[in-house]
Amino acid sequence: MTQVIEVQNLHKAYDGIRVVDDVSFTVDAGEIFGIIGPNGAGKTTAIESVIGLRKPDGGSVSVLGLDPQTEARQLGNRIGTQLQEAALPERMKVWEALDLYASFYEKTVPWEPLVEQWGLAEKRNTQFGNLSGGQKQRLFIALALLNDPQIVFLDELTTGLDPQARRATWDLIRAIRAQGKTVVLITHFMDEVEALADRVAVIDHGRVIALDTPDNLIAGLNGETQVLFSVPNGFQAERLENVSGVTAVHQRNQHITVSGNGPLLANVAAALAQHNIAPADLRVQQANLEDVFLTLTGRTIRN
Amino acid sequence: MKSFLKLTYMELKLQLREPVALFFTLAFPVMVMVLFGIIFGNQAEELLGGYGQVDLSVPGYIGMVVGTIGMLSIPTTLANYRDLGILRRLRATPLGSGPVLWSQVAAQVVMTAAGIILLFIAGLAIFDLRIPNGNLAVVPAILLSAFSFFAVGFVLAGVMPSARTAQAVGMAIFYPMLFLSGAAMPRYIMPDFVQQFAGFLPLTHVVILIEDLWLKGTWNLTSLSVVTAVLILGLVVSRFTFRWE
Repeated sequence: MTQVIEVQNLHKAYDGIRVVDDVSFTVDAGEIFGIIGPNGAGKTTAIESVIGLRKPDGGSVSVLGLDPQTEARQLGNRIGTQLQEAALPERMKVWEALDLYASFYEKTVPWEPLVEQWGLAEKRNTQFGNLSGGQKQRLFIALALLNDPQIVFLDELTTGLDPQARRATWDLIRAIRAQGKTVVLITHFMDEVEALADRVAVIDHGRVIALDTPDNLIAGLNGETQVLFSVPNGFQAERLENVSGVTAVHQRNQHITVSGNGPLLANVAAALAQHNIAPADLRVQQANLEDVFLTLTGRTIRN
Repeated sequence: MKSFLKLTYMELKLQLREPVALFFTLAFPVMVMVLFGIIFGNQAEELLGGYGQVDLSVPGYIGMVVGTIGMLSIPTTLANYRDLGILRRLRATPLGSGPVLWSQVAAQVVMTAAGIILLFIAGLAIFDLRIPNGNLAVVPAILLSAFSFFAVGFVLAGVMPSARTAQAVGMAIFYPMLFLSGAAMPRYIMPDFVQQFAGFLPLTHVVILIEDLWLKGTWNLTSLSVVTAVLILGLVVSRFTFRWE
């Protein structure tokens, strides 16, 4: 597989504080590459160095074979960016923004189909300041796709959106990849990378502390699975402690949580059947990327 | 070039959509002219070389347009574009900084021209403005003055931490200067020490430069030097202080 981004030993410091500290990663063509970490972890600074908006203190960056510092213009024509904390003038209309930004690139796709595709057709004459958060984000994606880029960088795309709009945006990101583009997704939402990313780099305090597929990262935890269910009153949950693989059993009234390893659900279900117990609302809870982050750093990502 | 023209056109459209700001840049100088015109009239007076009060005030009002745009419009617009992340978004394109900054200058030159044309339309319609057989060099002199004050505006935009501060500081510097420089009212009615102090204000020299060319057809070299010096200083300082975010 061809690599479209190669970052080696990237360094960037502000006022002596290492914001990006020896970051290395590669991104393959056609993948959705997630970069995750808490706010202030250095994700945005790293990515802004990759696209040439910032000059790194050290290390090398190559994007589509180009040096972002010396070949910024060529690179700019081949990538699309949706930046955090970027905006358009309040009174600029949707169509005006697309028409204006189209003039900045050597080659562009017609913007009318983009407007249709991103659900902005009815908003063409609406001023930027009157768009909803989700509509603004869709406009930014449309702007990022104007030049038919090979790589699209999306920084905190869904921050500030309601859950429904977030889900809708995920579909849009999948649609971008379906067009054969590479997507670099920067976010502090674990569920977002879990749902979308083929591979993910976990960044904390400016360093890459893990880099793998979300599945491998979770599997690497050797994390316990939890089986949760409700039982009729009077059932003694301690009876489950001897089931193979079980490490702990917690009971609160009718609600029981069994933690353990291996084929836990099958084992617990078999044990319950033996006791002629039919569990209600049975479900399995597995480790997710939140747990990965917690294990790697000892903190949750929101703190 | 296409990007530059589109940006300039867009900037002008955006300005026309801000009625309050538009009032200050375009209508305010006209209003001051009409007010003083109504108070003092525009009768030709021998003491004034055959001109009326309004005729003589035109160069001042032109200075007022230039100053308003340079010290109020430009810093507020640019600092606002920076604060909101509009410049940040522009910088993430292959465009480069040139077209972005020059389109702002071009749009403001058009606004300056519009403000001056409005002055003349109102002056001719209401006060039968007398146009001296002056020197056409007044046009480049106005342009030079505009660039000079625009550069000051770019410095203000860069140095001030926010759009609000840029606007407040711009007003705090501009309004006293407006009234002391002879842009809003004639300098000769002011006490000597005020006139001497006014000699240190760049806007005074804009007014004198335009006044001399407009009425006598001569270049005032002192004022020309001051205005040029402000331009060069402004360009150099803004080069180091301008921030994209």
